[in-house]
Amino acid sequence: MDNHEFKIMDCALIAIATGEKAQNLRELRDILKNVHPGSFYYHFWGGLLHPHFDDPEFQNDFAVWATRNLHDSKVAEQLSIVDPNVFKDVEDLRKEVLEIIEARLSESEHVPWVRFGQEFHFIRSQIVIFETGVIHYDPKDLIDIIPTISLGSIFFHFIDARRRTPGNKNDFSIWLAGFGDKYDGLIEDLDNIDPYFTTLNELRHDIKSAFYNYFNGGI
Amino acid sequence: MESLLEQYAHVVGNEVIDHLRQLANPLRGMKILHINSTKEGGGVAEILHRLIPLKIELGIDVEWEVISGEADFYKCTKKMHNSLQGNRDDISSALLIVYENTNHQNFERLKEKLEQADVVFIHDPQPAALLHFCKKRKGKWLWRCHIDVSHPYRPVWKYLREFIKDYDASIWSLSAFVQPLSHPQYLIPPSIDPLSQKNIELPEKEISGFLDSWGIDRDIPLITQVSRFDRFKDPLGVIESYRLVKKYVPVQLVLAGGGASDDPEGEQVLQEVKAFAGDDPDVHILELPSDAHRAINALQRGSDIIVQKSLKEGFGLTVTEGLWKGKPVIGGDTGGIRLQVINHFSGFRVNTPEGAALRIRYLLKHPEIMKTMGLNARQFVLDNYLITRQLREYLTLVVALKYGSREKIELKLPTQ
Repeated sequence: MDNHEFKIMDCALIAIATGEKAQNLRELRDILKNVHPGSFYYHFWGGLLHPHFDDPEFQNDFAVWATRNLHDSKVAEQLSIVDPNVFKDVEDLRKEVLEIIEARLSESEHVPWVRFGQEFHFIRSQIVIFETGVIHYDPKDLIDIIPTISLGSIFFHFIDARRRTPGNKNDFSIWLAGFGDKYDGLIEDLDNIDPYFTTLNELRHDIKSAFYNYFNGGI
Repeated sequence: MESLLEQYAHVVGNEVIDHLRQLANPLRGMKILHINSTKEGGGVAEILHRLIPLKIELGIDVEWEVISGEADFYKCTKKMHNSLQGNRDDISSALLIVYENTNHQNFERLKEKLEQADVVFIHDPQPAALLHFCKKRKGKWLWRCHIDVSHPYRPVWKYLREFIKDYDASIWSLSAFVQPLSHPQYLIPPSIDPLSQKNIELPEKEISGFLDSWGIDRDIPLITQVSRFDRFKDPLGVIESYRLVKKYVPVQLVLAGGGASDDPEGEQVLQEVKAFAGDDPDVHILELPSDAHRAINALQRGSDIIVQKSLKEGFGLTVTEGLWKGKPVIGGDTGGIRLQVINHFSGFRVNTPEGAALRIRYLLKHPEIMKTMGLNARQFVLDNYLITRQLREYLTLVVALKYGSREKIELKLPTQ
C-alpha cells in the first residue's frame, strides 16, 4: 500500500458582525468596495455552516438578500451564479460581484430600498481548525469513515480546501492524486460533485457514495 | 447511567459530540464564569442551567453566579430592558445610582472569582457594570446581549454603552441587533435544549392530563402563546386575533405565562390581559410557575398552532420550542422570529392581529399543510437551534479569544 496519509481535520466557524449594513443596491456596492475580505468568504461559503432554511435556492447571501428582501430577481439570479472557486483570490471575486451590481444599477431607473429592519448586514468569520487525531492511509477506509466525520470536517476538506489548494480542489482529490493515476476515476467522481445546491449533510452523503461506488462498482 | 453528552448524542449524533470534545480540549484548565441576574425564569437562565453542566462534562472549569438586588434595582433594569427594545422610558438618576451601587455590591461579593476567571460572560444589562468595578481582572470579559437592541432609546443605550465599550468583545443574537462598538461583535443565536423537561418527548397520556386539568376541549383546535405577560409580546393582540378567527371556526386560545423574578411589570400586564379576555370560556389564561416546564411542554405539544405575536423580540425561544414540537408558528415579523419563521415553510410572519387571524384560519383549513410545515420546522431546529450548536459556538469563541483575532486559527493536537 502507498504510504500516503490523510489526516482528518475539523473546523468550526464563528461569525463576527462588521457593523456595516446596506439598505439598497447602491449602498451594497459602496460597502462591498472596501469590506473585509473575510466577509466574502462568509457570505459565499459560510452559509453552509450557519443556519439557513430550505435547500439553498440562491448560492450566496447577497443573492438571497436581493431576492427575498430587495425583490430584484434579476440581480439575484446574476449574483447567485457567481462561483467563488473560479477566481484566483478574493479581490477578483470582489471585482466580479461589483461588476454585476454596477451593471444592474446602470440599467435601473430607480434604486429599490428594503424595508426598515431588512437591511443586508455584513458578517465575517473566524475559523478554528483542529486536528482530530484520525489518520487514514487506505482510500477504501473512507467508505466507512466519511459518514462518521463531522460536518465541520466536510466543510474543511471539501469547501475550505478550495481556497488553499492548487487548482481549487478538494482535499480528498489532492490526497488521491498522490497515489499516481491509481484513483483517477475516483478523483473525477469527487471533482464532479457540485458543492452548490446542497447542504453539508448531503455533501457528506455524496462523498461517501463516490468512495463506495468506486470501490464496489467492479464487484 | 448515561452521561449528558451520551444522551445528546442520541438526538444530534455522535459526530456532533465528538466535535464538541475536540473543541473543548484546548480550553481545559481555563476558568470560565457566567454571570446573570436570575436563576429561574426566562430564556437565559434556562440555557445556563444546561450549558454549565455540559461544559463541566467536557472538562471545562466553569461556574455560574447570579447577582442580586433590591426592588429598585429590578425596576431600573426592567426600564433598561424596555428602553433597549425601543421604549422611550427615561430612568431617573436615583435609579441609576441604585443600578451602579448594586453592581458594586455584587462585585465585592464576587470579587475573587471575577478577578481570577480567564473568561467572564456577562449576560444582559443587569450585571453589565461589574466590569467597571473590576480593576484587576485577569481574563477576557464578554458582554452577552440576549435582547433586541436594534433601535434602542438612545439616552439609555448611551448610558449603558459606557460600561459595555470596555469589554473585550460582545455577543449578539442577530446581526440586526448589533450596535456600533469598537470591540469584536460576535453573532451567536441562542438555542433550546431537547432534553430539558420543556422539550423532551412526553407520553400522550400526560399531555391529555394537563389539557384536561385546564379545561381544554381536545376536539376544538387550540391556539397557544407561551410567554411572559409583557406588552412587547402583544397578548391583547393575540386575543383580538382569536376573536377574529372565532367568527368563522371554533377555536380555543391559551395565553400561558410565567413570571421571571427580574420582571416587576408582569402582574400589571396580566391584569390587563384578564380584563380584556373577559369571561370567554374558550380563552384560558394560565399563570404557570417558572418551573412548570413539563406543563408548558404538554401545552405546546397539545396545541395545533403556536403563536408568538411579539412586537419586539430578542430571539424568541418559545418559537424555537414550538417548531421543535413540529408545530407551525404564527410569529410577529420582528427580531429572531424572522430567522425561524419562514412564510409557507415553518409558519407565517404577521404584523397585525388581522394578519395573525388570517393565517390561523388558513392553517386550520389545511391540516395537511400544517403537518408538512411541522416536519420542516422540527428538522430546521435539529440542524440549527439545539444547545449543542450554541455550545459549539461558545467554545469556538473562547478558542478564538485565546488564540487572537486572526481570521484562521490552527490548533495542533497536544503531544503525548
